[in-house]
Amino acid sequence: MVLAALVPHMTGNQYYLSVAYQAEVLICLAIGLNLVVGYCGLLDLGFAAFFAIGAYTTGILSVDRHWTILATILPGVAIAVVCAVIIGLPTLRLRSDYLAVVTLGFGLIIQTIASNLTQTGGPTGIYGIPVLTVGRIVIQSATSFYYLFLILLVLFVFISLRVRNSRIGRAWLCIREDEDAAQAMGIKIHRYKMYAYMGGAVMGSVAGALYAPALTAISPPSFGFSESLLILMAVAIGGMGSVWGAILGGGIVVILPEAFRQFAQARLLIFGAVLIIIMMTRPRGLFPEGAFRGTATRLRERFNDRSPPRPLVAPPEAAVRDASSEGP
Amino acid sequence: MELFLTEIANGLFLGAFFALVAVGYSMVYGILRLINFAHGDFFMVAAFVSYTILGAVAVGHAHMVWFTVIWVGLLVMFLTGLLAVLANRLIYHPMRRAALLSLMIAALGLSQVLENGVLNIPSWGSAFLTYPVTSPATGFTIGPTHFTWFQLIIVVISGLLSLGVYLLVSRTLLGKAMRAVSEDRVAAALMGINVDLVIAVVFFIGGALAGAAAVMTGVYYGQINYLMGWTVGLEAFTAAVLGGIGNIGGAVLGGVVLGIAQSVGTGLFGAEWALVVTFVVLVLLLWLRPTGILGERVARRM
Repeated sequence: MVLAALVPHMTGNQYYLSVAYQAEVLICLAIGLNLVVGYCGLLDLGFAAFFAIGAYTTGILSVDRHWTILATILPGVAIAVVCAVIIGLPTLRLRSDYLAVVTLGFGLIIQTIASNLTQTGGPTGIYGIPVLTVGRIVIQSATSFYYLFLILLVLFVFISLRVRNSRIGRAWLCIREDEDAAQAMGIKIHRYKMYAYMGGAVMGSVAGALYAPALTAISPPSFGFSESLLILMAVAIGGMGSVWGAILGGGIVVILPEAFRQFAQARLLIFGAVLIIIMMTRPRGLFPEGAFRGTATRLRERFNDRSPPRPLVAPPEAAVRDASSEGP
Repeated sequence: MELFLTEIANGLFLGAFFALVAVGYSMVYGILRLINFAHGDFFMVAAFVSYTILGAVAVGHAHMVWFTVIWVGLLVMFLTGLLAVLANRLIYHPMRRAALLSLMIAALGLSQVLENGVLNIPSWGSAFLTYPVTSPATGFTIGPTHFTWFQLIIVVISGLLSLGVYLLVSRTLLGKAMRAVSEDRVAAALMGINVDLVIAVVFFIGGALAGAAAVMTGVYYGQINYLMGWTVGLEAFTAAVLGGIGNIGGAVLGGVVLGIAQSVGTGLFGAEWALVVTFVVLVLLLWLRPTGILGERVARRM
């Protein structure tokens, strides 16, 4: 952490610093999504929608209504939570696959709304978002945004780690591991899934609200499916359910394409291939939760080394998946 | 009202495309529980391959052009099926023990690879390409609406292909094996079913249907683009869920319903809102009837 705090002093290069704070924003989003996907095992394919809601609320309120940036965070969060409830209430009762489609659709709807309404500036988006000031401090340079997002990142990490060991966090992990068993234990699964989804919405919209002044101009393409995908990739590459994994994954997802920039058009091709290879060789991500897991699980795996990682949908699949690969 | 009927008719043609892609999506889901995000891109690759083959062979065969389209179509169906089998063999098969989420993310990676692969091939690239064969405007008129023969052909071909797959799954021994694997893979393997072969066949059929849809799309709309697979894949998946994912009749029905919903939505609100209409319909339906139109109780899986 000390090292991260010193980064701006080691490099004066504004380009590196802007890549660095973009990485921080993505990591913040990845930590938010990790609550939903990693902790609770719900596949959300439209996470960028909450990011967009945060950014657009800040944009509209600060440009059209001349609110200060800090005051716009709360309305953004409120809208995001309301949307999360509208989307979550009907779909969180259903199988996880349906949630994937509905969240995918939600992401597309938010993007379509943003690019078609006059209030959101249509395809050109909103520009001229004012400077972010906290009390006397003016946050405008890449260095100051770097520190701002570093603080946010540390805050999110802290919250994630604390929540994980709370009652809610334990309920999430139970639901992820075995929904039926969780329900049998008296966990209100629908309610706790809602909490996870809302928690993700809050983190996403806060990150969006603070990212808007960093960009000064926002437009619909920044909040499309590819952004949702990038966040999900960060979680998956880093290691599902692990906050440190999300940090690592977010860093990789931002820095790798930048490193391949010289290949221009081919970089997404390489990126896709790298993603497949990582998933094939390390299906649970580079830095999975296992490293920090309780001894019980670790022991179980030692005795039964072909025990599959948790399936996303139906528990019986675990057995099926296992046996079929030794098929006749 | 007349306009409304036209929209419904247009929706039917759109639905015919969705249905073909949706059946493939739904079959793979039914057997592996995997949302194969690369499926729409098989469709896109098929469109580009058929573009190149047709461009090479259709020149100077004006009177034989439909014959050429048919055999190129069959060839492309075979090649796309092969592509799907290859994807299964190289990526999904080795990952069979991994969590479903990892598989889905690998599928998203494959989708990126296919899209950007096509983007990086010099003669294909990012522009909208004009398809070498286009459908003639001749047809017939019912009331105020003009239909072309080709539109009718699309509906007939889609219907026949879907029916064929339905019969294969419901009436043949191979189909029985598919249903068995989808129901319980361990038990199926213990009964002596070659599970890997069955899965490969399912991928092949899905790919082949996407190939057929791609050739028809090219001829009907007249232009193709490397991003075309993404939206079609999305809509096909929605269609599959709409109808009740995992069963073939549901996929076809979902495709048609979605096609009509989108077409009417476009007519009422404009093209930019079509996708929003689609998903609002989906959320409403999931609210009212969570297992899709033909829920699992009504229609069997696969």
